Amino acid sequence: MPEAIIQTEKRTFTYIQAVNEALRWALTEYPEALFFGEDVALPGGPYGASKGLRKQFGERVFDTPISESAMLGAAVGAAMRGRRPIVEIMFGDFFLVALDQLINQAANVRYVSRGRFTCPMTVRSQHAALPGACAQHSQSLEAFFAHVPGLRLGLPATPEDAFEMLRSAIASDDPVVILESRAFYQDRAEIDVNGPVQQPGGARCLRAGTDLTVVTWSQMVGRAMEAAEELATRGIEVDLFDLRWLNPMDIEAVLASVARTGRLMIVHEANITGGFGGEIAAQVSKEGFWHLDAPIERVGALDVRVPASPPLNAAVIPQAATIVEAAERLLTH
Amino acid sequence: MNPEHAYKSVALIRGFEEHLPDLKAAGKIQGSMHLCNGQEAIPVGACAAIENRDALMVTYRGHGWAIARGIPLPDLFAEIMGRDSGLCGGRGGSAFFSSAEHGFLGENSIVGAGVPIAAGSALAARFDGRGSVTFVSIGEGAMNQGSVHEALNFAAVFQLPLVMVIENNLYSELTPIASMIATATLAERGPAYGIPAVRVDGNDVDEVESAVREAAVRARDGGGPGIIEAMTERLVGHYDLDPQHYRPQGEIESARQREPLVRLRATIGSERASEIDRAVEATLSNAIAEADAVPFPSSDTAREHLYA
Repeated sequence: MPEAIIQTEKRTFTYIQAVNEALRWALTEYPEALFFGEDVALPGGPYGASKGLRKQFGERVFDTPISESAMLGAAVGAAMRGRRPIVEIMFGDFFLVALDQLINQAANVRYVSRGRFTCPMTVRSQHAALPGACAQHSQSLEAFFAHVPGLRLGLPATPEDAFEMLRSAIASDDPVVILESRAFYQDRAEIDVNGPVQQPGGARCLRAGTDLTVVTWSQMVGRAMEAAEELATRGIEVDLFDLRWLNPMDIEAVLASVARTGRLMIVHEANITGGFGGEIAAQVSKEGFWHLDAPIERVGALDVRVPASPPLNAAVIPQAATIVEAAERLLTH
Repeated sequence: MNPEHAYKSVALIRGFEEHLPDLKAAGKIQGSMHLCNGQEAIPVGACAAIENRDALMVTYRGHGWAIARGIPLPDLFAEIMGRDSGLCGGRGGSAFFSSAEHGFLGENSIVGAGVPIAAGSALAARFDGRGSVTFVSIGEGAMNQGSVHEALNFAAVFQLPLVMVIENNLYSELTPIASMIATATLAERGPAYGIPAVRVDGNDVDEVESAVREAAVRARDGGGPGIIEAMTERLVGHYDLDPQHYRPQGEIESARQREPLVRLRATIGSERASEIDRAVEATLSNAIAEADAVPFPSSDTAREHLYA
C-alpha cells in the first residue's frame, strides 16, 4: 500500500485572519460547533475574527446580548448537551463579570460528574495593554485562569499559533481559554492550513543561547525577542522560550534550558505580585535548584493599575529595555 | 395526577428528607444540607410534565427534584453520604450532584447560576431538533441575581425551549423576599422579558403540573420560554442546622396546615395514607441500607477525571 501523501498547503495570513481560518475549520470539521458572542455574526466581530462565518454557517454563528454570564453559561449548558461551543469575550477584562460560569461551572463539569458530563467549550478573547487603552481594557489576567484546575489556557503570540492553538482548543474535550492580543492582529505569517491538530501544550524555543533562559508569553514575546537581540550585541546569548500554554505548562522545556544556562528570567506583562511567573519560579526553584547559579528574576508590570496615558503606560508595562536591564543584573550574579 | 400517586411521591421526598438529619446525627453524613420539606408538590407536579428527552437543572435544594425525576434512592443516599455512588461517586454531595442518564444536569450551589446553563441546554436542544425542553428550578432569591436576568433575556431573544420554575418559599435564604423586591410578585417580571409567566399554588401538585405542562407544550412548539412562580413554604430551615430565629412565632405551625402532604392526606383518607406511609418507609429503609453498603471512593481516585 502506498504511503499516504500529506498535502501541505501554506498560505499567508494575518493573525486575525488565522483566527478566522481556525474558526472556519472548526465549524466545518465539527457540525456540533457553535460560535457566538457580542457583535460576532452580522458585524463579523469587532476585529473581524468572524468575518463571513455567519454567511457560511448560518445560525450556528450568532450575536448575543451584552451578557457575559449568559454567554458563558449557555456555552456550559450547550456543551453538556453535546454541542461544541466557541464563545468570544471581547476583552479579557470582561471575563470578570462572568467568572462564575467558567470557574464554578465549566471547570467542575467533568470532575464532579466523573466524566458523565463533559464541557468541550472554547472561550477566545484578547487581553493586555496598548497605549491609550483604559485600565478596564488592558489587564493581563492569565494567572486567574491558570490557577483553576480543569481549565486549559493558551496564549498564542503568532499567526501560526493563533491558528494552531485555537484548533487545539476547539478539538479539546475540556474547557479552554485562549487569550489573544489585539497588538498581534495585523502580524503576518505563512501557515500550513492542512497540518494535523496538535494537543494543547508545548513551549517553543525562539532563540537558542547558553547564558540565560528567558521564559515569556503573549504580548511580551516580541519585547523579549527584541531584548534578546540587543543582549546578543552585548555578547549575551539568551535561550528564549514562548511558553504558549500555561495549562498544560511545558515546565520540562524550562528545566532543560535552565540545566544548560543556570539562570532563569520570567517575563510577563501582568503585574508581578501573584503573577504566573511566581509559579514557574517556585517549580524551577524546587526541581532545578541545583542547576541555578543565580536567583530567579521576574519581570512584569509594576504592581499598580494600568494608566491610559502612553508615557505612564510605558512606565508601568515592561519594555525591551526593562528586560535587557534585568538580564544584565542577573548575569552579574 | 392520581391523588394516591401524588401522595406517595410527596411522602417519598418528605421521608427522604426526614431521614437525612438522623443519618447526619448518626455520623453518616457530613456537611450542611438544604432540605425541601413542604415544597415537594413543586418537583412532583413539574416532573409529571417532563419527558425522557428533556433536561432538568435544579438548585442545592434539589433532592426532591432528583427523586421526582426517578433517580434511584440508594444512589441519592450514597451520594449524600459521600460514598462511591452511581451518581457522582460522592464528588457532588448533597448540593451538587448530577445524573446524565436521567437528563439531570445537576444541582447547583451558586444561586441563579443554573439558569444560564439551562438556557445553553435549551440552545443545544434547538439545534438537535428533537423537541427537547429544558426545565430549570430556582429559588425566589435567585431572581435578584444578574445571571438570571441575563439568561432570561437570552432565552427570550432566541425563543429557547426553556421552562423556569421559581420555588417561592418566601425566604431569600434567611431574609423575607418581600423586603428584597419592590414588586408584589416575581411572575410580573416575566412580561418585561417578553416571557409569559404565571403564579400558582406551589403546594398543589395538580396546579403546578398543569402550569408547567402548558409552558412545556408552548416551549416544545417553538413558543419560547415560560416562567412559573410556585408559591410554597419551607417547613424546615434554609439549611439543616438553621435555627430559624428569623421566622415569626407560629409561622411554621400555620404552614403545616397548608403543606402538600397534609392536603393530599385529607384527599385520600388517613387509612390509605398510612398504608402508603408504611410502604414508603420500607422503601427508604432498604435504600439507606443499600447505600450504607456502598464503600467510600478510593482516595487514589482524587486526581481522576479532571481532564479528557
